[in-house]
Amino acid sequence: MGIKGMKHEEFGDNGSLELMKEQGANIIVSTVDDVINWGRKSSLWPLTFATSCCGIEMMAAGAPRHDFARFGMEVYRASPRQADVIVVAGTIVKKMAPVLKRLYDQMSEPKYVVAMGSCAISGGPFCRNSYSVVKGVENIIPVDVYVPGCPPRPEALLYGMLQLQRKIETENAKSRKQRSEQNNEQ
Amino acid sequence: MAKIENEAAYGGAEEQNEYVINIGPQHPSTHGVLRLVVTLQGEIVKNVQPHVGYIHRGIEKMCESITYPQIIHLTDRMDYLSAHMNNEAVCLAVENALEMEIPDRIKVIRTLMSELTRIQSHQLFWATYGMDMGGQTCFFYGLRDREKILDIFEETTGGRMIVSYNCLGGVMYDLHPNFRKRVKDFIKYFRSIIHEYDAILTGNIIFRERTMGIGPLTLDDAVSFGVTGPSGRASGFSCDIRKHAPYSAYDRVIFNEVLLTEGDTYSRYLVRMEEMKESMNIIDQLIDNIPEGAHAVKMKPVIKLPEGEYYQRVETARGELGVFIISDGNKNPCRVKFRSPNLVNLGVLNHISKEFKIADLIAIAGSLDFVIPDIDR
Repeated sequence: MGIKGMKHEEFGDNGSLELMKEQGANIIVSTVDDVINWGRKSSLWPLTFATSCCGIEMMAAGAPRHDFARFGMEVYRASPRQADVIVVAGTIVKKMAPVLKRLYDQMSEPKYVVAMGSCAISGGPFCRNSYSVVKGVENIIPVDVYVPGCPPRPEALLYGMLQLQRKIETENAKSRKQRSEQNNEQ
Repeated sequence: MAKIENEAAYGGAEEQNEYVINIGPQHPSTHGVLRLVVTLQGEIVKNVQPHVGYIHRGIEKMCESITYPQIIHLTDRMDYLSAHMNNEAVCLAVENALEMEIPDRIKVIRTLMSELTRIQSHQLFWATYGMDMGGQTCFFYGLRDREKILDIFEETTGGRMIVSYNCLGGVMYDLHPNFRKRVKDFIKYFRSIIHEYDAILTGNIIFRERTMGIGPLTLDDAVSFGVTGPSGRASGFSCDIRKHAPYSAYDRVIFNEVLLTEGDTYSRYLVRMEEMKESMNIIDQLIDNIPEGAHAVKMKPVIKLPEGEYYQRVETARGELGVFIISDGNKNPCRVKFRSPNLVNLGVLNHISKEFKIADLIAIAGSLDFVIPDIDR
């Protein structure tokens, strides 16, 4: 069974994710939230940002076999100002770190980060001995979803993006405000 | 685009009416994180200064603190589209240093895998080159066929793109029972469909207008800049390591070295198209003659190279990759240097893109087919 046919109950970590749904919102507000969340999660536009091997798998995810477009993510934007999600595909080294930070700052709210591949998560194979690799992109920008693998399969990236969509679904006015405040503090 | 105050820092726009713009490090048509500082006069490119290092991971230095079998897995991540050939270069260097006899079966398997890797790399080149030119269809056609090769890889090696299939003294696993059939199916399929590639790009009048006569590289310049691989052969530089210093099973197959003379962007593209066909010929000759035997020679648990210097070069999809190892007799190398084809090919970019339009710069850079992590290592 493909990812598309996967039932909500079978994702496995529902408990932790649904805790993020803050209780106490009234019916009207939560309906508005649902509409906003539906809109946001259904048109996630990624930034064309790829530093190394994972970028090729990200391209493969957009190619015919895996077809990102089914989930509303097909429009790769070359400009950070038009993008909603930055998929950090590949190693980030110390020379690249300020550039990545600036790209993230240039993106408009709401913005999300997917760390794709072990290099972006922890430094990966270059974690221990390398003098120039940033050990995890979370040291620079806040990460929403981690997709492990070296490089992850396109299916893994799709799964990660679906997890991001579920995370967006649980947002409400309060958590959105908190989120943007946290981003501004950094 | 205002004139920048501190010109010297940006490569120096000296004359009047010249201005400087940055392409990259995040730019879709630099194929990664290459930064080009371009001096322009109107639309005309006056100077291109590449800035490298945005993905410098220190692989050469890392190699000094790890063992030889571990180095193999780092080389995958340099030129990830020629992952198998990179592995092979290190394996051959160490095996030659140990003066090992490699059985024929391993040689044939490595050659087959190398040629499959070359085809998928050129397919990806074709796909992205079309996209650089503004043709979205190429991307879908190229990656559609590339997935079929990745399936073959996955069945045998467990990896899609970064296969890490080589190990010292052989290959990690034996070939999958389906391997022969699937490769044959793929060759049959790809032969029947490669005319689509020509129909979409090669014969396309817009594409020809944009590439013919753009960025010419003469034979003398190709030799003096050391441009190898398909980019060098498009200028008539006979530099195919598979012909001139055969390794693995290349001495037992008959194939043509694709040589063109124009040296422009269009012929660099054509060489890659022809090489895909040549690679299929090589696979045809070997696929039915895989000798029986073990897939790996048993090695000692700790591999130490005798003291000395070793050099091995292989032909990757982008040119000549050299691995230079200095050993002091320990299990770690004393120094490792990779002569990566992309860094050397990048050197010629400024020379051939001068006096062309900025849109042509994208075409020229695309035709040199850079893989940025291989430039920076």
